[in-house]
Amino acid sequence: MATESISLRAGGAVERRQLLSRVSRYVFLLATLIGISVLAFLAYDTISSGASRLSLRFLDNYPSRFAEKAGLRPAIWGTIWVLGVTIFCSIPVAIGTAIWIEEFAPKNRLLTIVKINLNNLAGVPSIIYGILGLTIFVRFYGMDRSILAAGFTLALMIIPMTVIAAQEAIRQVPPSLRDGALALGATKWQAVRHNVLPNAIPGIMTGIILSISRAAGETAAIIMIGGFTFIRFDPGAAIPGELFTPGGFWDGLNESFTIIPIQIYAWTIDSRREFQANASAGIVVLMAGVLTLNLIAAVIRERFRRY
Amino acid sequence: MSVSPESIGRGDMGQALAKRNLKRPDEAIIMALLTLCAAVSLITTVLIVGVLIRESLTFFEHVSPREFFLETRWQPLFKPVSFGIWELVAGTLNVTFWALLIAVPIGLATAVYLSEYAQPRTRKLLKPALEALAGVPTVVYAYFALTFVTQDFLRPLLGNDNVPIFNALAASSMLAVMILPTIASISEDAMSNVPRELREAAYGLGATRLEVAVRVVFPAALSGIIAAILLAIARVVGETMIVAIAAGSSPNLTMDPLSPVQTMTGFMLQVGLGDVQRGSVDYQSLFAVGMMLFVITLLFNVAAYFFVRRYREEYE
Repeated sequence: MATESISLRAGGAVERRQLLSRVSRYVFLLATLIGISVLAFLAYDTISSGASRLSLRFLDNYPSRFAEKAGLRPAIWGTIWVLGVTIFCSIPVAIGTAIWIEEFAPKNRLLTIVKINLNNLAGVPSIIYGILGLTIFVRFYGMDRSILAAGFTLALMIIPMTVIAAQEAIRQVPPSLRDGALALGATKWQAVRHNVLPNAIPGIMTGIILSISRAAGETAAIIMIGGFTFIRFDPGAAIPGELFTPGGFWDGLNESFTIIPIQIYAWTIDSRREFQANASAGIVVLMAGVLTLNLIAAVIRERFRRY
Repeated sequence: MSVSPESIGRGDMGQALAKRNLKRPDEAIIMALLTLCAAVSLITTVLIVGVLIRESLTFFEHVSPREFFLETRWQPLFKPVSFGIWELVAGTLNVTFWALLIAVPIGLATAVYLSEYAQPRTRKLLKPALEALAGVPTVVYAYFALTFVTQDFLRPLLGNDNVPIFNALAASSMLAVMILPTIASISEDAMSNVPRELREAAYGLGATRLEVAVRVVFPAALSGIIAAILLAIARVVGETMIVAIAAGSSPNLTMDPLSPVQTMTGFMLQVGLGDVQRGSVDYQSLFAVGMMLFVITLLFNVAAYFFVRRYREEYE
């Protein structure tokens, strides 16, 4: 009977449209892989060009005129001390702000202003925080180019993003937990302290760790407050037992310093090409630190994902 | 005595809670401490704006705003001295334009792939990898812009004579890598939030996957996508290390990607490095340029905030 076979294959314009759609999948996939391959390539390139410098001696040596002898020691100590100050100052303020916004604040204009303000602060370029630190801490309060000034500046910089992350974490806690506590006669703070916070802590921790890793890589703000210096001693090398004696903890915090990103910067712009290997090795060290922090944050987030 | 229904209304509940809180003095202390914490961010803003305005005013005592905004030559260090901001703005515009030209197509294609094509498993693997790019410190990108992009790629490709060691393109390409996760991630969120019904209606009418992605999902997610791009612009404009290291320090009124340029942030870092004497007019210019930078990034951030709110209202 019918000689022509009926085919389900589309012809003409429809076939063209379907073909285009099938091809598009690979085009989009290719674009996606560009970003990831750049990451992989950068990692490979850094490690291979920094490998010749990477050793324990590199971590333990002071900067030097000779590329093979130059190391990261003061920069590592400086980073640890500056981040210590940053963490100490930013965490209580950030968590406090988030609790205030989510639990205690009266729902009025002021709250809206505080929220919008935080959003804008999180978008302010880091170099502006650097100018702020330079004018307020370094010059007005006369802290000079010290660990303390750098730590305060970075704390101001990361507080907004930490608050936003902590708010998100607090909002994830089911209201029933808080309401249950309130119904049993707990005060507002008791409900927050014993029911809301314990459940929000993993989320808050994730946010804090990510902010710290941001601070650890910050360069511009620290250069602005005068952190670009040649240092041949251990910044903040102090005995924790002796607080205010000469050479003790407080003096350590008021010393000048350098940090890993600035050391990388210094080696990068050095006109002698052999220092590029030092910069690569420095990047490997910095990235190892930053990626470890990010990994810890990711693990906490996955481990405690509950609601 | 019977309790009237009105007395257990919401208002009384609030009163009761307030009374309970008053009995405990430590509650008031904690409230005060938390309010103090929240005040820190407001004070930060006041300080930033205050410092920028005060020091800029000192700058404008020596340099007329007319010169600052209408002249096009930025030459604070040698004579004849001239403070025309437009050369620095042009530098910023140059790197921003080329960075967006690279990052927007790739970022949006990534977002479309992750939201419309990828299996959930693939997406779970690719998205964190991509977001890792956002965690890379910018000084690292700066190093690559100078060593890899310029020295190992552009110069062998185009010839040493055509590519100066400091050029806008090297900076732009690494800025593009930096903002790729911002664009991809936020756009992907916006596309994933488009209701399923819209897609299924289109499929039901015979649309292919590409047509659904480009003609249905993309327009529906447009405000989120615009927000992503605006945020990316704000980040590029405010980024310092990449442009300071790779784009050079010669102000240049050009959009040519292969010429050295100095951006607003690049100039600010140069002052910060101590090339300029403290207390001098050139030092004060740091704050005037900072003010300009602050206002520009603020505008983009506020606009982005507005668009994010709009797409949240549409579908959530």
